Amino acid sequence: MDAAIEVADLRKTYRGRRTGEVRAVDGVSFRVERGEFFGILGPNGAGKTTTLEIVEGLRKPDSGTVRLLGRSPWPHSPELTGRLGVQLQASSFFEFLTAKEQIETFAELYGAAKGRGDEMLDLVGLTEHADVRCEKLSGGQQQRLSLACALVGDPELVFLDEPTAALDPQARRNLWDLMRAINAEGRTVVLTTHYMEEAEALCDRVAIMDAGKIKAVDSPAGFVRALDAPTRVTIAAGQLSEERVKELASGESVTAGETQVVFETRDPRKLLTALASDGALEDLSVRTANLEDVFLHVTGREWRE
Amino acid sequence: MSLDTAEARTGRPRISASRAYPALVRALGRGWLRDRSQVFFTILLPLMFMVLLASVFGSTANTVSRVIAVGDVAVLDEADPDTFTVTEAAGLDEALAVMRAGDADAAVVQDGDTVRIYPSSTNSTSGAIAAGNLSALVDDVNVEVLAEAAPSEPVLTTEVEEAEGGAMRPIQYLAPGILAWGIAIAGVFGAAGTMVDWKRDKLLRRLRLTPASVKTFLGAKVSVNLAVAVVQTAVFLAVAALAFGLELSAWTWFAVPLVVLGTFAFLAIGVVIGGIAQTSPAAAGLSNLVTMPMAFVSGAFYPLALSPEWVQWLSYLSPMRYLNEALQAVVVYGSPPSSVLPQVGMLAAFAVAIGLVSWKTFKFDEL
Ligand SMILES: Nc1ncnc2c1ncn2[C@@H]1O[C@H](COP(=O)(O)OP(=O)(O)OP(=O)(O)O)[C@@H](O)[C@H]1O
Ligand SMILES: [Mg+2]
Repeated sequence: MDAAIEVADLRKTYRGRRTGEVRAVDGVSFRVERGEFFGILGPNGAGKTTTLEIVEGLRKPDSGTVRLLGRSPWPHSPELTGRLGVQLQASSFFEFLTAKEQIETFAELYGAAKGRGDEMLDLVGLTEHADVRCEKLSGGQQQRLSLACALVGDPELVFLDEPTAALDPQARRNLWDLMRAINAEGRTVVLTTHYMEEAEALCDRVAIMDAGKIKAVDSPAGFVRALDAPTRVTIAAGQLSEERVKELASGESVTAGETQVVFETRDPRKLLTALASDGALEDLSVRTANLEDVFLHVTGREWRE
Repeated sequence: MSLDTAEARTGRPRISASRAYPALVRALGRGWLRDRSQVFFTILLPLMFMVLLASVFGSTANTVSRVIAVGDVAVLDEADPDTFTVTEAAGLDEALAVMRAGDADAAVVQDGDTVRIYPSSTNSTSGAIAAGNLSALVDDVNVEVLAEAAPSEPVLTTEVEEAEGGAMRPIQYLAPGILAWGIAIAGVFGAAGTMVDWKRDKLLRRLRLTPASVKTFLGAKVSVNLAVAVVQTAVFLAVAALAFGLELSAWTWFAVPLVVLGTFAFLAIGVVIGGIAQTSPAAAGLSNLVTMPMAFVSGAFYPLALSPEWVQWLSYLSPMRYLNEALQAVVVYGSPPSSVLPQVGMLAAFAVAIGLVSWKTFKFDEL
């Protein structure tokens, strides 16, 4: 079977009168297998949306090729778009319609079965707000409605452009559950985000994108493993003697400050057991390497949100 | 051949077009009805204008046109005394002096086959009404002449039942102009505003990723706008007839194809504006910049015959002029549709020309 998405060497330069040339996408290639949960992680302006729009067939690239479910997204064919579900970065609704009217209009456009609209509203937890006009829904409710519109056509391949931006932590976690469920049903999901934890929590594989280029692609665990970074264990200062600190560090890096002692170890289990038996657990924190460190490592610059 | 192979060949699932169009018309129609500002601008504003203008001009107008025949004016022999009171003057200067004093609405000179009309500028509304009545009279005479010359050719005639003495009143001059203006602003502002909204909320972009085609969507959008124009016309003419005593001719139904044609031209203007403007205020400002001069030089509110010559020249560039003239002819004077073919042709030419420009300037990428 064909891959869900195959992208080779995409390039897109925006030419603005004032902004000059912006190389939004600069030689991007990747492949997404069917059933996979694929993430594109990158800071603002990295080129995530532009990449997605080219893959979806909304924009023509300057060069490069795209295959979606074995076909070209250009020119548009209802045969292909009927198998896609799309949530754009900005929620796009028909003005002045209620949530229910909105989803039902989309259901008709996708030729979905009767009752499918209600089912989707229920899935995203908007049944109570079915009769509320779209513009009166909160930001998070709008995001969920737009996700429902993306799913109403029972798509094989779902594109979600920053679906959890501007959500509170609780709503974000609820949406994560929903996205996991969508993927578990066998749908391929492509997600863009600038939240490290989100990519870590959801994605089978993550592409790290910066300044129009994909810097690396791997699973979140694979990235961290490849980074081979030590675990940072921090405790409050003054619990251990200087000698004991040196002894526990056993040749690895340690920084003893006024308030904290920070160990960087490759064998956190042994260190933590020793700290426990010494009863030196006050203000203990353990931090393993995460995608943030990976980003720093891969792009050579600090993550900024 | 099985359905599956037929589908594979066209690459188009049969569901989309048949269900998408009515769904889109419903969604867009509902959206329109719930948008108070749209309803206000297209339905209420023209009615308010009618109230205002009818009360301003209503008090100054005579019911019977006072016409001065300069020399021998044969066509006035046919004049209906309920519509015209005819007095005579030896020369044009004498007639103009009488008009300047406000004692007549128009002077008429017949020079062979040419009937030259001088409407009063002292009292411009009754002057315009007199000019309109005189044109209708000339048309009637022409029809009679034609009927005699070729008795075998059927000639279309109209009979307007005139309930109130058969005279032109201000409402009959003003109503078609206000309606044409209402149609113009609904089309231009509507299309320009919609385009800017689409740029903002990316709806068109989202719809391009459904199996329904963009053509279906644009078709639904235009259908809703045309339906709005027809409803707007019906409401306007009904109020004009019932509340202001506008006498509708038997050809009034022809206003429907006229406003549909006009709406195409005005929508196209709006699409061009919406392509340039990036924000709603910019779209509204540009729309005003286009519709105001278009209305002023169209003769909708102020008779072209009394306007300076440069305005008359500019008026040829205003599609509103042709809509106004055609509406006035069929709705008020009861002229048959065949008599407004030139106006219909010009409106169609404008619709096609501006439509082409809008198609060329339509940037899908921005939407
Ligand atoms: N229509 C456009 N015209 C000109 N430049 C654009 C356009 N869209 C995006 N850009 C530029 O291209 C670059 C990539 O933009 P893009 O929207 O793809 O980034 P992104 O990764 O999605 O960012 P974000 O996380 O903020 O959504 C940016 O520098 C942006 O300013
Ligand atoms: Mg983006």
